[in-house]
Amino acid sequence: MGLFLVLPLATALLLAILAASGYGRVLRRYAGIVAASVILSCGLALASAVLHDRTVTALGGQLRADALSAFMLIVVGSVGLTATWGGLDPDPEADPGRLYAVLVVLFLGAMSLAVLADNLGVLWVAVEATTIATAFLVGHYRTRRSLEAAWKYVVLGSVGVAIAFLGIVLLYAATRAAGDPTLSWNTLHHSPPALDPSLVKVAVALAILGFATKAGLAPMHSWLPDAHSQAPAPVSGLMSGVLLSVAFYAILRVQAVALPVIGIGLMRGLLVAAGLLSLAVAAALVLRQHDLKRMLAYSSIEHMGLLALAAAVNSPLAIGAALLHVLGHGLAKSSTFVVSGRILLAEGTTTISEIRSLLSRRPGVAIPFLCGMVALLGLPPFSLFFSEVAIVVAGLQRGMGWVMAVAVALVLVTFAGLSRHVSNMVLGSGDAPGPAAADQRAHGPRLPLVLALGATGVIGFAAGSFATLLTEAAAALGAPR
Amino acid sequence: MSTPLSSSVYSQLVGLFTGVLLLSSVLIVWRRSLTAQIRLLALQGLALAALVTVLAISETSAELLAVSGLVLVLKAIVLPGVLWRAVASDRVPREETPLINTTTALIALSLLTMLAFLVSRPLVALGSGPAIAAVPVGVALVLFGFLVLATRRHAVSQLIGFLVLDNGVAAVAFLTAGGVPLVVELGVSLDVLLVVLILQVLTSRIRTEYGDADLADLTELRD
Repeated sequence: MGLFLVLPLATALLLAILAASGYGRVLRRYAGIVAASVILSCGLALASAVLHDRTVTALGGQLRADALSAFMLIVVGSVGLTATWGGLDPDPEADPGRLYAVLVVLFLGAMSLAVLADNLGVLWVAVEATTIATAFLVGHYRTRRSLEAAWKYVVLGSVGVAIAFLGIVLLYAATRAAGDPTLSWNTLHHSPPALDPSLVKVAVALAILGFATKAGLAPMHSWLPDAHSQAPAPVSGLMSGVLLSVAFYAILRVQAVALPVIGIGLMRGLLVAAGLLSLAVAAALVLRQHDLKRMLAYSSIEHMGLLALAAAVNSPLAIGAALLHVLGHGLAKSSTFVVSGRILLAEGTTTISEIRSLLSRRPGVAIPFLCGMVALLGLPPFSLFFSEVAIVVAGLQRGMGWVMAVAVALVLVTFAGLSRHVSNMVLGSGDAPGPAAADQRAHGPRLPLVLALGATGVIGFAAGSFATLLTEAAAALGAPR
Repeated sequence: MSTPLSSSVYSQLVGLFTGVLLLSSVLIVWRRSLTAQIRLLALQGLALAALVTVLAISETSAELLAVSGLVLVLKAIVLPGVLWRAVASDRVPREETPLINTTTALIALSLLTMLAFLVSRPLVALGSGPAIAAVPVGVALVLFGFLVLATRRHAVSQLIGFLVLDNGVAAVAFLTAGGVPLVVELGVSLDVLLVVLILQVLTSRIRTEYGDADLADLTELRD
């Protein structure tokens, strides 16, 4: 079973080496898809193993999968597959370039390492490695804007996670003072040494602040719209759909370690503040956006804000809903970013005001775009509806009524802004070419989008082992009932 | 416990090297010439490596001694070298104008140092050794790094700020916990090296694009 822990990392490394050594255009073209498929398969295998006999370890306990790790690996794999497969250039002769192929594969590998390492220090190293892998992907187009975005992204991202590292160092110092130096979340969670609460408070505040920067939570979100709008569409999909969630996973792990020592109070305060501020930023700025990809980026800030609120509630229902939200948002957001790339290809622009009556002119891209946006707006039958409702209900159960009321109001404002933009772009009867000349092409593979959006539509109703996995993953974090 | 260092020599050495850490970062804020700042950064790396060596000898830890060698190579030689290359391609020696003047910056430093001692109280409560007592210096370095990042507009200055911050985090790690586990230490060192290399490449791209590496020019992305 330990093989499935090593395989994602080994595959990513091997593909990166092969792509770097110039092994042909075909390999560069499909490397990301292969890596994501392997990661997804390993995630599914680990999930089934975890549901039968709890945890899987490899490399002498350095790598470990509990239900949460397995679930997150599935998210990395499935979102990665949507972004890389859906983002495939429709021209079969196109070459993505050596650097691009290597960095995408390493990016996927780093995210897998982040969710599989049983060591908060290695988790940190992997999160920082994602910044390194994506820096040149953000700056891929080598325009002034992408250069500016890449600079801000690397500086803010690195400084943010450096603060998180200070937090992890202090946590390590606390375990050392308690006589058992360790950074393993498994040890800290299951046989916690007697940690000094005042030190853990400082450590956790710094760690949450740092990882929140990487998760794109306000007020440290300013890199996010720039980076997401300048990166190539599949990379934006990966960053928005899963990189933010991996940083959120880091917050959850730190929270679970600190919870028995200092209680929820401090962390709830921090996360509620960051969550509500993120929702407010998204609500205030989404309507003013002129660019489709920036609009999607603000929608990501909104969804990360909801996740922060779920982590603040920290009941089994809230955490389970947050994880469902991570998967649903990842699939829907990577799909819409992929479609935004196709819109750019077909229309030559991503400026919102220049895209009109897409549905009658180009149904091939408009229909997946519309489905993805409906999912992101949180309408049924898509799973984001159920997870958002569950987060609010969980908040009410924990007596956070005011917080949830404000959150719902802000989500509604964002909803109005987003749906106005979307209806402007999609609806209308089209001035120049009649419906007879409508462009039916999808400008890329259809199947990955059908699968991703189909899955988003179905997982909200899913029961059985998927529901068990979510429950187990929430239980792995030891949220108080 | 038998240690090769007598306790008074040990505490004097820890005091000396953390003092150099603090002094070098004050001077980095004070000096405006980028080349001088890079030299001071190398000095800071040297002091950090020496501090780790002292800790390694006092704890008779071979692993920590190896880490001190790593710190020496990375923070005193390689990273300043990368920055030096980034500046060397400037034809005129850079004198930069920070957003706040030197007097204000030095007053801010003294306030930040006090703040560092204030917020380090739960840390200092960990023990009574000279290493623990020096932890506020590491925290002060982190805050100084933030100040440099917030007030300097030249790309290389921002890199220097990031590295001062990183040295501060490393100092806190070594003083409180004798460093993080080796595998983490290696990963962290590699990450920092790669981040600095990436930022150096971006700096040279900014310079080709805009004519110099002044970040005040980066204003195209706004809401």
